[in-house]
Amino acid sequence: MRLFGKYLLILFKSQMQYRTSFWLLSFGQFFIPFSVFAGLYFMFERFGQIRGWDFYEVALVFSVIHMAFALSECFARGFDMFSSLVINGEFDRLLVRPRNTVLQVLGSKFEFTRIGRLLQSVLVLAWAVSQIHMDWTFAKIVTLILMIMSGVFIFTGIFILMATMCFWTIQGLEISSIFTDGGREMAQYPLNIYQKWVTRFFTYVIPFGCVNYLPLMYILDRTEGSPVLYMLSPLAGCVFIIPCLLLWRFGVRHYRSTGS
Amino acid sequence: MKAYVSVFRLRLVNGLQYRSAALAGLATQFFWGFILIMVFEAFYSQALVTQPISLPQLITYVWLQQAFLSLIMLWFRDNELFQLITSGNIAYELCRPTGIYGFWYAKLLAQRLASAMLRCFPVILIAAFLPQPYRLSMPVDAVTALLFVITLILGLFIIISISMLIYISTFVTMSAAGSLLMFSVIGEFLAGMIIPVPLMPDWLQAIVNVLPFRLTADFPFRVYSGHISTSEALKIIPLQLLWLTVLVALGKYTMGKALRRVVVQGG
Repeated sequence: MRLFGKYLLILFKSQMQYRTSFWLLSFGQFFIPFSVFAGLYFMFERFGQIRGWDFYEVALVFSVIHMAFALSECFARGFDMFSSLVINGEFDRLLVRPRNTVLQVLGSKFEFTRIGRLLQSVLVLAWAVSQIHMDWTFAKIVTLILMIMSGVFIFTGIFILMATMCFWTIQGLEISSIFTDGGREMAQYPLNIYQKWVTRFFTYVIPFGCVNYLPLMYILDRTEGSPVLYMLSPLAGCVFIIPCLLLWRFGVRHYRSTGS
Repeated sequence: MKAYVSVFRLRLVNGLQYRSAALAGLATQFFWGFILIMVFEAFYSQALVTQPISLPQLITYVWLQQAFLSLIMLWFRDNELFQLITSGNIAYELCRPTGIYGFWYAKLLAQRLASAMLRCFPVILIAAFLPQPYRLSMPVDAVTALLFVITLILGLFIIISISMLIYISTFVTMSAAGSLLMFSVIGEFLAGMIIPVPLMPDWLQAIVNVLPFRLTADFPFRVYSGHISTSEALKIIPLQLLWLTVLVALGKYTMGKALRRVVVQGG
């Protein structure tokens, strides 16, 4: 953990060397989801609701997912860019060091410009929370935080999975964006608006449903039966990272250096 | 002219080499298409009033967007050109016996076309045979189809003129990332890539209609789906031509200016 902190600090300092570029990129990162959000807003202005969800409820989901995505892109960027490590053969260097590979890959890159995206989703979250009429109990706030955490874990898990694929394919595949960008885009609406098979896939295989649908039901008091289950469902999302890590270890054992 | 054509051909062959990348892209595009359609479907399922564009028209719109993505995306960029400018290799480029504007224009055009050729036919073919309601409908008659092709090509020329302006701005700023990002995010929104133009509120549509961005994507797609009638389309095509001339003239002018004071970066 101390080592992770050091990695964080050093990379932060190095990115801060290019201050203007940093701010410009952060600014840009602020605007990308902003335009998507504007689109969302205009859609709701026209239609009013989507399968019974109103604008602020969807905005809540939107902000949670985007926040989770921003955080995991910032901290798990090393896995996202992993293919370049394999192509250059730099992964060999990590293997000979007496530390965990996961930690080292995580520490190889951070993308602090995602702070723009994060800021944007915090603003949306604040707006959504202030507009939804309901009582915020302590349990609900905990659930909300769990949702974000769980989202971070899932996105990180996907990044790790995609990085693991690089052990075999060497090159990063564009197809991975289905699960990262696509997952984000899809999970910004409550999952039950989609066809059954999509909902099932993204609840049982990749547990986005545990982030944006089940706990949301609890927060909005729409649950039937025991609320505790709904409340704790984000934890199931966190569990997703375990098979990913196992696969990663399997992949590391099968790693063959490209030698360049 | 011959020089431009051969640049164009070389680039096309180059782009066609990456077939597996195109295949992966294809899968991605289908996923995106489905997600977008399902979201719109959910919105439409409980809409009380009739909307300005019908759901089948919208689905066609989405598939066309996915099929011609590389023709209409503003962020589709050539890093080589950026590097030319920032690394100083622009000096070689200036030695060539062809006008640099036309040369780059041909390069960008070929790149987009190569990428689109690999993607658009499979997407259109598969989307045309999907079960309802996901199917891509065919244009109502031959005239519509012809108009679609014309408007799409004109739109392509316009988008390249716009992206040429972005490249030219690199001469001044040296770092393209920031300005490019802003430009493309706003441009794409105004082109109806995030939500289709007919679904935007009226005040926004008024702004969008004045700007050239929607002529590149939104307009040809609506012509295809029949949302814009033939007679109306014929009225807008001159507007496309007008924008094209303005943008190219502006690009040539600013490029000439930028080149006169170009600093060849050493290194």
